Amino acid sequence: MRPLLELRNLNKSYPDGWTLSDVSLIVERREILGLLGPSGCGKTTLLRLISGLEIADSGTVLVDGEDVTDVAPHRRGFGLMFQEYALFPHKDVFGNVAFGLRMAGLDAGEIAGRVTETLALVGLEGFERRDVNQLSGGERQRVALARSLAPEPKLLMLDEPLGALDRALRERLMDELPAILHRAGVTVISVTHDQEEAFAISDRVALMRSGEVVQIGTPQALYRQPRSTWIARFLGLTNVLNAKIVAVERVRTVVGTLDVKSPGRDGWDVGSEAQLLVRPEAASVSKSGPNRVNLQVTGCSFRGMHWQLDARHKSGVELSFIFSAGVDLPPVGETLALSLNPRALTLLGDKTQA
Amino acid sequence: MGNLSERSARGWAAESRLSSLGRLLIYAILLSFLVLFYFYPLTAILRLSLIPEGRLSLEPLTKLIRTSRYLETLWFTVWQAALSTLLTVLLALPGCYIFARYDFPGKSVIRALTTVPFVLPTMVVSLAFTSLLGPRGLLNVALMQLLRLDQPPLNLQHTVFIILLAHVFYNYTLVLRIVGTYWSNLSPQVEEAARMLGSSRWRAIREVTLPLLIPAIAAAAVLVFIFDFTSFGVVLVLGGPRFATLEVEIYRQTVHYLNLPLAAALSVIQILFTFGLMAVYTRLQATTALPIELRSRRATQRRPQGWRQQLFVVGNLALMVVLLVLPMLALLERSLTLGGGFSLTFYRELFRNPRGSAFYVPPVAAVRNSVGFALATVGLSVVLGIMAASTLDGQATRGGSAQVNSSAVAESHTKLAHSRRPRGWWLLRLRRLLDPVLMLPLGTSAVTLGLGYIVALDEPPLDLRTSPALVVLAHTLVALPFVVRSILPALRSIQPQLREAAAILGASPWSVWREVDLPIMARALVVGAVFAFTVSMGEFGATSLIARPERPTMPVAIFRFLGRPGTVNYGQALAMSTLLMLVCTVGFLMIERFRVGGLEEF
Repeated sequence: MRPLLELRNLNKSYPDGWTLSDVSLIVERREILGLLGPSGCGKTTLLRLISGLEIADSGTVLVDGEDVTDVAPHRRGFGLMFQEYALFPHKDVFGNVAFGLRMAGLDAGEIAGRVTETLALVGLEGFERRDVNQLSGGERQRVALARSLAPEPKLLMLDEPLGALDRALRERLMDELPAILHRAGVTVISVTHDQEEAFAISDRVALMRSGEVVQIGTPQALYRQPRSTWIARFLGLTNVLNAKIVAVERVRTVVGTLDVKSPGRDGWDVGSEAQLLVRPEAASVSKSGPNRVNLQVTGCSFRGMHWQLDARHKSGVELSFIFSAGVDLPPVGETLALSLNPRALTLLGDKTQA
Repeated sequence: MGNLSERSARGWAAESRLSSLGRLLIYAILLSFLVLFYFYPLTAILRLSLIPEGRLSLEPLTKLIRTSRYLETLWFTVWQAALSTLLTVLLALPGCYIFARYDFPGKSVIRALTTVPFVLPTMVVSLAFTSLLGPRGLLNVALMQLLRLDQPPLNLQHTVFIILLAHVFYNYTLVLRIVGTYWSNLSPQVEEAARMLGSSRWRAIREVTLPLLIPAIAAAAVLVFIFDFTSFGVVLVLGGPRFATLEVEIYRQTVHYLNLPLAAALSVIQILFTFGLMAVYTRLQATTALPIELRSRRATQRRPQGWRQQLFVVGNLALMVVLLVLPMLALLERSLTLGGGFSLTFYRELFRNPRGSAFYVPPVAAVRNSVGFALATVGLSVVLGIMAASTLDGQATRGGSAQVNSSAVAESHTKLAHSRRPRGWWLLRLRRLLDPVLMLPLGTSAVTLGLGYIVALDEPPLDLRTSPALVVLAHTLVALPFVVRSILPALRSIQPQLREAAAILGASPWSVWREVDLPIMARALVVGAVFAFTVSMGEFGATSLIARPERPTMPVAIFRFLGRPGTVNYGQALAMSTLLMLVCTVGFLMIERFRVGGLEEF
């Protein structure tokens, strides 16, 4: 079966030198793909190229194998939920949700039924006659979602869907949103700069940097095996050490020679230099496990569900770890014996690569 | 995400809302309207004054300058305008301060009230001042009764004082709106900082606040000066035969002496002045468009405290009421008074045709004419106004938001502009030109325009001399800047994402316009329409030259009554002025109710 959406070598450049270069992507039917990246990486531009609001310099957009690169936005049958929702201020909730259905030429009865149905799907039963300007942030977000879902778009695009919400609401919607989307059975591309949001919502995540897609994979794969130091740091993984591969599954670093059970790179090129990622959950307090290191505690803060521990090796290297809340940790200044789980260590690409 | 989404935010909206062909068509319509009914008549005036006998000659102009009579006219025009402007600004500044810094009960009502004069026709204002200060005016009648005099003690009619007062009456509100709004956006903390550094309240105002206000004051002053410089009806009626501005002189040369070349030469001088001033004004206005620090009203305004502040506020409000409301009340009172008692005679007379003549139509027919012209003007100027505003809105997405003080945004917009250069950058150029050109009629004297129509539009293929369309065209030109400036803020307030959202949901460009643009600017359209209506109802300068004798408008009828002797004729002028005042005031109340943005846009 053909993929729902395929992008082939999309290019778009701006006179200041900023470019979106050679983006190719495949989105499968009913998949939720997260586009993740920092500000200015090109994810919103990519969304606008897919929607037809912007026109690519070169490249092709295929939907169901059909070329839609030159099709006007209103003929593509896509949905797009804008960052600030862009609700029509002069229409009530019903008028907003019904808009796409009216444009599709449905009759009044069908429209009313479909609006009720969609509002129920997003949990806004009975909101039809409410003024959109009087709604709370969360309600506005749901109306925007209902509006884009109502015409049953082939592809739904979400631009920072939770970006405008406060923290508590975000947390809740991170659970609800994927549930609603899966129930609606729609194919989704969701843009966000927030890693947690991308991971929570998406089946797969495409990570973008400076106009390029640098890695695509499931959230777990991205987290466990980031392809480069930059990706690791962007994902909040800061423990990166210079390493030399001394044998298969064995590297030497300033904190000692360590066993590594997940390769990350192709094969074990013995003798070569590499970067070792030590994930924050790698450490356990133990004097007997594998990969033992002694560190001096420099900071320790309790975050409720877990501890955040900062520690320094005698070589001067700083490392941070997370421990479950049940563990007892020594005070600042004490030395701590830790064991690093070989499965939580990953080799990254070479030092210089972004 | 800020700069990226900004970079692309305008992409689709500007590009495909209208096809290139459609846009070209709109430009063509707008430009041909302006060319045919604005530039062509003006060039006809130039031709008449500079090329009188088929070859270029500066003689009419130089002769004009060498004739002391016309030099005196020019000199009078300048100094009365300067003095009027100075008086207006000085009287209005304390009012600006009060509106900017104090909050008091009834503030919005008083603010609305002070703006009524802005939409009152010159004929109405002239008669209102005559009713208050003239020989048979309210003040003189009261003084005569009080002091048991036989003669009216105040002889202000046909003096420069009454002209100055009427000009202050007219333009007070402009200064109040432009400077007051700018002032209220200025953080009071700047002034407070100066006071903490040891300067007295007065010194803080003089050394900190006033310098900051200068751009706004200058912009307001230039605009007021333009209006006073081209003052017509007020000087014609209140000044009597002794006084003439250039505008009045053009009218006299045309109507009384039928000396069109001389009138044209005077018009050229007038045009030179107003265009120069208009250029200064648009430049100044651009600087005031950048508020130094935008503050919410709540943060800058408080209740007056202590008896001094209260006295200051109350005193100023009393001045406003006396200056702005009293003349209007006097007009109403005089129109209802005959022989010292209440009477509706003057109103009844309006409906009669005493001579029973077929040529002499009952005065009330003028009401019908005016309403007919006004409705046609509304229709034409709203259609053209929508076209113009939509065109200018596209430009605002680039130039306009560069005002946002963010280099990233500005940069991204230049980027956008560049990226689109290959595709119709010349359209962009054209659009940039359109804005000032559309504002030109605001700075052109109406009498000049009327003269241009007489000179230019009287031969085939454009022989409109006897057509009522001529009046509608002239009124539309005068009303168009008001309509455009009413619609534009509403149109600019529409986020481009709304149009994009509609497009994504399947709306074609035409549906987007109908479903998003039109409903959102509907209120502004009402405002623009009412503006056009009141402008047309009150227009006198151009109409006095081009209206057919058998089809007078209300202001023209009022002026005719004034030219005839007798209490009844004068009374009918009062009655018709009062009717006109009521129509315009009701129209104005509708404007205040619906408008988006402020008079500051002008």
